[in-house]
Order: sequence, then C-alpha cells, then structure tokens
Amino acid sequence: MTSDQVKSILLEEISNIAPEADLSALQPDADLREELDIDSIGFLNLVIALGRRLGVNVPEQDYSHLATLRGAVEYLANSASKVSANPRT
Amino acid sequence: MGIFRMPSLGADMEAGKLVEWLKQPGDAVKSGDIIAVVETQKGAIEIEAFETGIVESHLAPVGATVPVGIELALIRTAGGQAAAASPQAPRPAPSTAAVQAAPLPAAPLADLGLRASPAARQFAKEHGVELSSVQGSGPEGAIVYVDVERAWLAGQTRGEPSKPRPEKRAAAGTDAMRAAIAAAMARSKREIPHYYLGDAADVTKSIEWMSARNAVRPPDQRLLFAALLLKAVALAVASYPEFNGHFRDGRFESAANVHAGIAIALRGGGLVAPAIHGTAKLSLDQVMSALRDLANRVRAGRFRGSELADPTITLTSLGERGVGWVQPVIYPPQVAIIGAGAPQLRPWVLDGQVVPRQICELTVAADHRVSDGHRGALLLREIADRLQSPEAL
Repeated sequence: MTSDQVKSILLEEISNIAPEADLSALQPDADLREELDIDSIGFLNLVIALGRRLGVNVPEQDYSHLATLRGAVEYLANSASKVSANPRT
Repeated sequence: MGIFRMPSLGADMEAGKLVEWLKQPGDAVKSGDIIAVVETQKGAIEIEAFETGIVESHLAPVGATVPVGIELALIRTAGGQAAAASPQAPRPAPSTAAVQAAPLPAAPLADLGLRASPAARQFAKEHGVELSSVQGSGPEGAIVYVDVERAWLAGQTRGEPSKPRPEKRAAAGTDAMRAAIAAAMARSKREIPHYYLGDAADVTKSIEWMSARNAVRPPDQRLLFAALLLKAVALAVASYPEFNGHFRDGRFESAANVHAGIAIALRGGGLVAPAIHGTAKLSLDQVMSALRDLANRVRAGRFRGSELADPTITLTSLGERGVGWVQPVIYPPQVAIIGAGAPQLRPWVLDGQVVPRQICELTVAADHRVSDGHRGALLLREIADRLQSPEAL
C-alpha cells in the first residue's frame, strides 16, 4: 500500500470522527487531536477503524506516532507494509 | 389491555413529536422493544415498550406533539389483564385533549414512489444513504428509520468510506439543545441546594494496570480510564444510597440499582448524560463496551428514552486531555454528580519521598436536602479506594 493510499484512508476515517472538519486545511505537523478536538473515545474509534482498514493494530505506546498527519501516515505506511510482508493475520 | 403512555425522557424536556411508529396494530411487542421514534431537542429518541403483548391500536398519529403522559397506544397483554402502563407512576396526563395534528391518511406510504417513511428519508438524506439499496422491514416492505440506520451502520463497519455528510442537523439543532441544557441547569441551580467537595486521588495503580492490560489487546478491547471511574463510582455508591436515586415531589427515593449517567460532549457544542444500565453489575469490559456504544449513538443523534430518563447518579469525566478539575452541576431529579479531572503526573509524597504519581482530582456535588458533607467525603474516599484495586473493579 502506498503512502498516498494510507493517507487517503486515514483522512476518510478522520472525517468519520470529525465530520464537520475541513481536512484540506489540516497542516501536516499540526496536532490532530488539538486541531480537530478529538477526545479519547473519538481517538480510540479512529485506532479501531485504522486497524480494520489497514490491518494495523496500533499499540498504546505508539499512539504518539499518530499525533500529526505526517507522522501518522509515515508510521501507518511502515506498519502496513510489515503486515503485508508477514501475513499471519 | 394496557395504555402505553409517553414516558418522561429527562428533566429538561416535556414534549416531543412522534415521527415514526415501529410497531403497528397486530404486531407483537415485548418489554424493551422499540415501539416508536420521537423527535426532541436532543435528537431522535427511541421509545421502548414496557410490557409484552400485541399492539391493539395507535392512540396518537405520526406528526402529533406528544407531551409526557399522553396516551400513545393500547397494548393487549397476555391473559387480557390490564398491564401497568409504565414502570413508575406516570406524570398526570393533561386534562385537555392531546395536542394532535390532523390524522394522516391511512396509507401515506403508498403515495411515495419509493415506500419509505419521512423519518427514513430524512436520515438517508443526512447520511448520504441510497434508499434504493436499503432493505425495508416496515409494512409491505416499506423502508423505515431503523432500516436506513442499519444500512448506514453496516456501511461504516464494512470499512466503506461514508459519503461526506452535509452540514447536519446537530448544527441547526444546537440552539434547541442549548435551550434544553439551559432549562435543566437553571432548574438545577434554582431548586437544588448544592454542596461541593473535592479530593486528589493517586490513580497511578489504575492507570498502570490499564496500560498493561491494553498493551496486549486489540484496540476494540482496550479500556479507557472513564470505564474504571464509572465502575468505581457504581460500586462505591452501593454503600451510600443517599447519593443514588431521585428527588421528586418533595421526597428522595433511593434507587435499587445503579444506572450511572456519563456526560458526553457533542461535537460542535452540547452535552447529554445518558445512562449505562446496571453499571455495578457489569464487568469492566462490558462497561467499556456500553460506553463506546453509547458515545457513538449519541454523536449520531440517536439514543433511547430509557437512557435519558434513568440515570441515578452521573459522572462527568474530562478524559485524558482535559483540565485539572471540574465542579459539575447536578442533573435533576438526580441528587449527586461526580467530577473527575484529567489525570496529571504530579510530584507527590509517598513514604516520605517525593515521587511522580498520576493524580486525578475527584469532586462531588450533592443535594443538601438529602445528604451531608461528611457522607459526601466518605463517598469520595470510597471511590478513590476502589481505584487502588483496579483488578477488583
């Protein structure tokens, strides 16, 4: 899966959590949760959705990698490629 | 024969508009089944039946304004015995006739090209669901609200991207919700003599236990601190019944069970605090599941009448990114509300040493007609104690 595909999926799922937000205005290094006012339940729902769509279950200790759009895409693209390289799920 | 009356859906609302019947004359209904949908300031509320039987007739048409206590339907119960109309004494029905719109034609759905109820169409429009792709479960295959909602939810869980929602009703409805909150909070401050207490609780053990547990679980089985708080409150209040129940008609009635209300903030403003039923009897995982389910439905503008009317005590938790403490306001007719600030790593003294610990500021506001500060302090202490043994929650 390419970074662009990951980004596209990530943005779709973010828009499910924050449907009224204008994601095109989102800066790559802005704190997602602050910018979009996402609380812990919203964030957990996002992590669950990403797990379903990308096959990546982000452990709690890695949540900080999802702080910004740029960081999240990088982390998820990396993890997604590991999943496909090792398909035991 | 039982008369099913419009139940109360909370202290801050008095009448709604009946938008859809989900059970028709001749349909079997059992206690807990959703029988109708009523539109209120807080969104579309599903009204549950209290008894089991067969729907004999509707007593209010779609479109009618339905105040609390108004007759909605006749239900023929097994054995033909008159069933209790509601689990608690219904508010006195207004002596004037029900405010009713002109009754709708007998088969309104037949006029529409695609047989779908008005509520179903509205939901489909707001959520970008293609009506033609929805399986109808209404009379003669007509599409009703729950069918569209189910189709939309199925689209969500399949991981399909949902179509961008138009600026939804929540924004337009914010004024109505704000008015409802204003009414409830003004009433609370006017009628309830509040007293306030707070204490800092060392919740390091709970947080570490939770992190260790979450580390080995997939996301949909992970816990949030709010679930631990809910369970701790529910268990603690068992020893302090004067904080769990309702004050109505000049007297307090302690509740047999704990239905903990949880304050949920809505995107774009607004707040609801629906109940998780039987909180004390649920496992932590079940509380967490109920919490997520409730939050998702609330944010979709869709929850059940009993969830709004039934909380016996409420928790308002600021989550992990909120500020240090919150002093909440009691939701009438409840008599207490617990506040929990965001856990913060602070220097703390333990065994004579200064060490970093996760500290959570717990607060309580309670009704001075029913309880006193001494007991309130003991309740707070009990909640903090429960959080020292998270594995027992």
